[in-house]
This record gives sequence, C-alpha cells and structure tokens, in this order.
Amino acid sequence: MHDVTLTINGERRTVALDARTTLLDALRDHLGLTGTKKGCDHGQCGACTILVDGRRINACLTLAVMHDGDTVTTVEGLGTPDDLHPMQAAFVAHDGFQCGYCTPGQIMSAVGMVGEVAKGWPSHASASLNGKPELTEAEIAERMSGNLCRCSAYPNIVAAISAAAKDTEASS
Amino acid sequence: MRPFEYTRAASPGEAGQMAAAPDARFIAGGTNLLDLMKLQIETPDALIDISRLDLAAIERTDDRGLRIGALVTNADLAADPDVRRHWPLLSRALLAGASGQLRNKATTGGNLLQRTRCGYFYEPSARCNKRMPGSGCDAMEGINRMNAILGGSSACIAVHPSDMAVAMRALDAEVETLSADGATRRIPLGDFYRLPGEDPSVETVLAPGELIVAVVLPPPHGGWQTYRKVRDRASYAFALVSVAAAVRLEDGLMRDVRLAFGGIGTMPWRDQRVELVLEGKAPSDKLFDEAARLLLQEARGHGHNDFKIPLTRRTLMAALRETTASFEEETSA
Ligand SMILES: Cc1cc2nc3c(=O)[nH]c(=O)nc-3n(C[C@H](O)[C@H](O)[C@H](O)COP(=O)(O)OP(=O)(O)OC[C@H]3O[C@@H](n4cnc5c(N)ncnc54)[C@H](O)[C@@H]3O)c2cc1C
Ligand code: SF4
Ligand code: FES
Ligand code: FES
Repeated sequence: MHDVTLTINGERRTVALDARTTLLDALRDHLGLTGTKKGCDHGQCGACTILVDGRRINACLTLAVMHDGDTVTTVEGLGTPDDLHPMQAAFVAHDGFQCGYCTPGQIMSAVGMVGEVAKGWPSHASASLNGKPELTEAEIAERMSGNLCRCSAYPNIVAAISAAAKDTEASS
Repeated sequence: MRPFEYTRAASPGEAGQMAAAPDARFIAGGTNLLDLMKLQIETPDALIDISRLDLAAIERTDDRGLRIGALVTNADLAADPDVRRHWPLLSRALLAGASGQLRNKATTGGNLLQRTRCGYFYEPSARCNKRMPGSGCDAMEGINRMNAILGGSSACIAVHPSDMAVAMRALDAEVETLSADGATRRIPLGDFYRLPGEDPSVETVLAPGELIVAVVLPPPHGGWQTYRKVRDRASYAFALVSVAAAVRLEDGLMRDVRLAFGGIGTMPWRDQRVELVLEGKAPSDKLFDEAARLLLQEARGHGHNDFKIPLTRRTLMAALRETTASFEEETSA
C-alpha cells in the first residue's frame, strides 16, 4: 500500500492505496467523489475527464500513486448547486445532455479546453498554427472529440460550450 | 491488472538501473502501458515511474536544431511556438492524433514506443506472434483492415500507430538514450524500429533499461510541409493512411523532398527512392504518380486492407499537390 496525498477541490486528503488503483477509482471508490464517471476505462470516451494541475486528463489511464502531491479538480469542485460554474450553467441553459452520464466529463473537458484556447493552442481544425484560435463550431467539435455522448446531445453541448466560452472571454 | 512494485525514480541513471531487471517497465504518461496492463497484455513485475524526472524541456541546439525532452507532452510539443513556426509538420501530426486529454498526458518517449492497435494483439484469446511469440498470427487470414501493406513478414503485419513518429521520421529525428550502464547514444529514427521479421515482439533496437532522454531534430527544413491523415472519423481515430511531406521549391524545382507514411507500414515508413524520383524536378501529376508507383511496388494487401494501396496513392498525390501548390499558384498567375 502507498500513502497518496492529493489536494482535491481545495482540500488536502491522504489515502492508502494499492499501486494498481487508477486515479479514477481512487476518486470514486476511496474518496467518495462519484461525480467523475467511468465509461470505457480505456481512454476512449472521456467520461472520466478531470483537471490535474489545471490540465484536462483521462483519470482512468493514470495511477493515483503517480499523482502524489498533485492538485485535482473534479466536477464537485467546479461549482455548487446554488452557485454553478459558468460552464455548468451553460449546459443547463442549453440542455447540453439527455441521460447526463457523459456530462461531468464534458464539462471538465470543456473547462480545460477553454483554458487551452486562451493560451493560444491550435487544433487540427485550425487553418493556421499561429495566431489566435477562434472557437467556431468546427473547433469545438475537434477539441472536444475525446468526449463521446451516447445520447448524441452534441449540438446542444457545442452550443453550451460556445456560449460559456464567449461569456468567459467577455468577462476577462 | 496484475500486482507490481511501484517506484518513483529519482534520476535518469537510477531509473535505467531499476528498469534493466527482467519484467520491469518505465511508465511515463501511462496512456498506452496502463491500457495494456488492464487487459493483461503487458504484465510487468515492476513499474519505474519516470514522469517526475527533469526531462521535459524543449531547447534549441547549437546548430539551430531542436532537442525535445522525452517527457515533453504531446500537447506542449504541438503548441510550442518554435515548433509551430519552424517544424509545423510535427505540430500538425501531433494535433491529428488522440484527443486533447490524451495529448496532455502522452509523452514524446512514450509516443515513440506505443504498441500496435492490431485487434488480435488486444484480444488475449487470439493467436498473435507479437503478444505471444510463436503462437501464430490471426490477422493474416482475419479482419486485417487496419493492418500493414508494407514491411510485413509471414509472422506479423501490424501497423505502427504513431502519428508523431511519422513526422519525426520525415524530419530526420534522432533518439538520444541513456543505457542502464550509464552510456549514452544517438539513434537515427530510421534505425530505431525493427521490421517484424520472425519475432515481432521485439520492436526497437533499445536494450533493457535503456531510457529515451530526448529526441533531437536537425535545423528547420524551411520548405512547405503538410501532414495528411485519412481515417474513419474526422477526429480521434488512428490513421488508415497518413502522409508527412516536406518540399522546398527552388526556381520551380522540388528540393530536399521528405516523405514519410503512417497507417501502411510495420514501422513509420520512409522510402528514399521515392524522394529521389522527385528531387530536382518540376512538380507534375505524372511525376507524383510515378513516385506513388515506386512507393507501392512491393505493397501487399491481405484482403480487407487492399484498399490502402489506392488510398495511399491518392493521399500521396494530394499531399504533393498541397506542398507544391505555391508553385502552381505562381505559374497560373
Ligand atoms: C483512445 C486512444 C486514441 C489514441 N489515438 C492516437 C492517434 O490517433 N495517434 C497516435 O499517434 N496515438 C494515439 N494514441 C496513443 C497515444 O499517443 C499513446 O498512448 C501515447 O503517446 C503514449 O505515451 P505515454 O507517455 O502515455 O506512454 P506510456 O504508456 O507511459 O509508455 C508507453 C511505452 O513506452 C515506454 N516508455 C515511455 N517513456 C519512455 C522513455 N522515456 N524511455 C524508454 N521507454 C519509455 C514504456 O515503458 C511503455 O512500454 C491513442 C491512445 C488512446 C488511448
Ligand atoms: S499482425 Fe502482428 S500484432 Fe496482429 S495478430 Fe498478427 S502477430 Fe499479432
Ligand atoms: S472512462 Fe476514462 S476515457 Fe472512458
Ligand atoms: S447525455 Fe447521455 S451520454 Fe451524453
């Protein structure tokens, strides 16, 4: 067993874990944070997306022990029911889900993605590698391609992200 | 997942010594190794975590080339301003691979060493010489739509799946390593991978415990560059065929032609005969067609993947037209 200390949603927590425990299983089964979902467990669906030190990753394809000392943000740390994060509010306003299973992963991925755009990172859909990327529908679809939605709520997901990203830009 | 001993390495030297033990593995981003460990296709006794080592810098070399630390993530490499401007082919290839989340974890060293996506390699009940040497190859007569048309042997026709490695092959990259005994060496990427031959379980020339510390690129090529990837979906899918192309045009003639291919070979593919046919000549469809014919003269389909032969020809033609389009625009004006 390994003692693993993580700062999760602003709170420092230490758990003893078998080295085989993925970060996803540590969150769900050992820390009681079940907002992060398990879809494929193989990096293919994005349901497990969280932020580690501010960057979006698949929690299912990494070991919790490898993250000892890191800062983790899950959907529980983004907002509260009374005080939603702008991305959460946009998903509600635009009906960006049906069953909701992929939604925490979509939201965490979208928050990470908007940060990447703010840093000027290009994507496969960008006509130019240089210059400021614009968050068109094609850009959102490409940048969010690691998040699948079995209900195929994609049009509303794209609308929600587009609206939230515009708000963020306007307020910054 | 089978149990294993986990150690976070304190230095590259220590990591190499620990990983020299039989059945020990380095782990970097973990996005390929853990995937395979969950399926018990990889069953290491010991994992040496190299992810905290100080190998994540991107720096210019004295001769204006680029030294990319083995732990630079695929996301950071694709977004690096110097890479975007001077090695755009590399950015493009990286951005065409995996997803935003995966690129944030995947590393330069791990990407080079990712294993094939052949479906039978992933299926423990199937016969697969790569997974279990000597057991046979179910892809040969099976569903081989994703498999290789070049570089295969009677033992294995698995494709090397990396997009990044294809761009690096075109850019003449070299792999810098540190051996378990402390020796360092530089291996041109063209000599790094092995053809499957009789034992496809051995994929590179690396020795046990040999750590990739960096990938080094020569000075910028300076010409037009493109990475064209054809796949089943618009995003987040491995290549059926991909072409990395870099060409400089001088007085209307093609110079310093570099072509590498993904999705079709058992290793990131490059065939210098094809480049030589184009070198010093004016671009034309007739010439491009000749280049494609040369590339594909030894290509062999296995049934489901026969389509890759004409698809490679068309993708190569399109990539060459794209990289030489500036010339067409000049002459058509
Ligand atoms: C759903 C999905 C889709 C994907 N799509 C694509 C795609 O379209 N194109 C593409 O190119 N890739 C794709 N990938 C693969 C991805 O690029 C690789 O998983 C990733 O690059 C591996 O890097 P890593 O650092 O996570 O490697 P790890 O999993 O940590 O390691 C992989 C191997 O390399 C060894 N290793 C790692 N670092 C070193 C080092 N420094 N020295 C020596 N050995 C080392 C490890 O021991 C291990 O054997 C996809 C992956 C997934 C899960
Ligand atoms: S092609 Fe190679 S990886 Fe695929 S089943 Fe045959 S031996 Fe295994
Ligand atoms: S559960 Fe992690 S990507 Fe599907
Ligand atoms: S809302 Fe059901 S999977 Fe996306």
